[in-house]
Amino acid sequence: MLKQTEGSHAVAEAVALCRPEVICAYPISPQTHIVEGLGEMVKAGDLKKCEFINVESEFAAMSVAIGASAAGARTYTATASQGLLFMAEAVYNAAGLGLPIVMTEANRAIGAPINIWNDHSDSLSMRDSGWIQLFAETNQEALDLHILAFRLAEELSLPVMVCMDGFILTHAYERVDLPTQAQVDAYLPPYEPRQVLDPRHPVSIGAMVGPEAFTEVRYLAHAKQLQALERIPVLAQEFKTIFGRDSGGLVHSYRTEDAETIVVAMGSVLGTIKDVVDEMREGGAKIGVLGICSFRPFPLAAIREVLRNAKRVVVLEKSLAVGLGGIVSTNVRLALSGLHLHGYTVVAGLGGRAILKSSLHKLFAQAGRDALELVTFLDLNWDVVNRELEREKKTRRSGSIAENILRDIGVVAANVA
Amino acid sequence: MVTGAEMLSIAAFLGGKHAQAVPSFGSERTGAPVVAFCRIDDKEIRLREPVMEPDALLIQDPTLLHQVDVFQGLKKDGYILINTNRSFEELGLGDFVKDFRPERLRTVPATELALKHVGRPVPNVPLLGGFAAISGVISLDAVISAIRDKFSGKVAEGNIAAATGAYNTVMQQMKEAVHA
Repeated sequence: MLKQTEGSHAVAEAVALCRPEVICAYPISPQTHIVEGLGEMVKAGDLKKCEFINVESEFAAMSVAIGASAAGARTYTATASQGLLFMAEAVYNAAGLGLPIVMTEANRAIGAPINIWNDHSDSLSMRDSGWIQLFAETNQEALDLHILAFRLAEELSLPVMVCMDGFILTHAYERVDLPTQAQVDAYLPPYEPRQVLDPRHPVSIGAMVGPEAFTEVRYLAHAKQLQALERIPVLAQEFKTIFGRDSGGLVHSYRTEDAETIVVAMGSVLGTIKDVVDEMREGGAKIGVLGICSFRPFPLAAIREVLRNAKRVVVLEKSLAVGLGGIVSTNVRLALSGLHLHGYTVVAGLGGRAILKSSLHKLFAQAGRDALELVTFLDLNWDVVNRELEREKKTRRSGSIAENILRDIGVVAANVA
Repeated sequence: MVTGAEMLSIAAFLGGKHAQAVPSFGSERTGAPVVAFCRIDDKEIRLREPVMEPDALLIQDPTLLHQVDVFQGLKKDGYILINTNRSFEELGLGDFVKDFRPERLRTVPATELALKHVGRPVPNVPLLGGFAAISGVISLDAVISAIRDKFSGKVAEGNIAAATGAYNTVMQQMKEAVHA
């Protein structure tokens, strides 16, 4: 059914259609509306056979999710930013134990300085935890990915993180097509656990494993992700058969066939980039864009296949590997090994900085002339940066950088894109 | 204001259009200036940047007019609807709007209408009624359906009365302008 609704609400409805049995969560912006919505559905009796557990922290949220999933329940939680960091130890454990928990990650920056706005630093910090990470481009894809995520997670017995841009998607009202219960039931069979804690058949889960077998257990975690690489396109195809839409999959390419310049990105910024690509194509530029939906497992072959004939690749990412450059771009480079092309990293949209079409036009035009720096910070205000560097040169006790800069630019400006 | 943009998007959706409403979050305190954006189009909206050059501006709090540059990016053929019972001249905007198209500039006492019909100072819904009247981008019927989508019972009926009141006020102003 077509509906104009908030991204968070759409996701809550999609999760409810997946018939979760345990939902545990601790509120944190910009994820809160999702679990609030689910909490209301459980309380009103609209979501039956589901227990909603309020917990005291994100660490508890993931710990309860681990317990519930180990007991054989279809389990869901959601978090963002510092919340994800706070549950980090349990995030690794959920994957290491092979428990098919589905978690929404409403992408938000990580402090300090504290910042509630969107970027991808939070999910990407957990990229090696063993969770599958799928990134949504639109609210439609965000809700679809949750249905896909439960299917994938339970088939492989691995947890899946569905990443959607905080505020930009979670708080956006747009048109979504909500599936019917019958469609979701046809796609997602009841959960059949590989391992289950059951008092009638006592087992233990969570053994200590020493050097004699740790590598083998870890290798199997890697092997499962490689299996996911095979299964994700198949499940996306089955999804299309039932729901009639392209959602999920490993990568999405747009106008890349004859493109000399290919931009690579993840999440909602892909929409803005597509608009810019269309406008630049009208002007004759051979440019296209490749969206990565599955960041873990990382689809090296699928990415290489799209990028191999390009002259240059611009990876535009909402993350920063401090001291190196890009996180996504470092991964993309692995897919390009042995190919001769120019590679550029663009760090954009950190902490909610708006990514503007006008900035992208300039950026891609520069890339087309191969006049970009290897690492570029989009719309970086050099005056502000240089002023602080100057202050640090002059004075030993120069003070806190964040406070200094806010004073320099004036507090009102701190709220504006 | 956030609710206003959301409901505008619902009204546009009910009118068969694609719409995207997004709040712009600043400091999270009651009373802080808040901006919310809404895009309406006949095709899918992919763009995610904030609205940089609005075609229409609905101003809920006229005391912001001289504090923040609320008119940034607005084109000369844009619509301006301000929640006030004063005129553009009385608000000190006479010079600013002299190159604008006068039939696209309106004021409506949305807070008063809300107080009268809803009993609370919630001007966003009557502003949508006013916007339906000046722009025709959404219909009053769609605004009423959007109100019923978001609210129920007395609150819905009160908001419908306030929105209809604002719609009629602006329509009346436009009729008078034509005959003037």
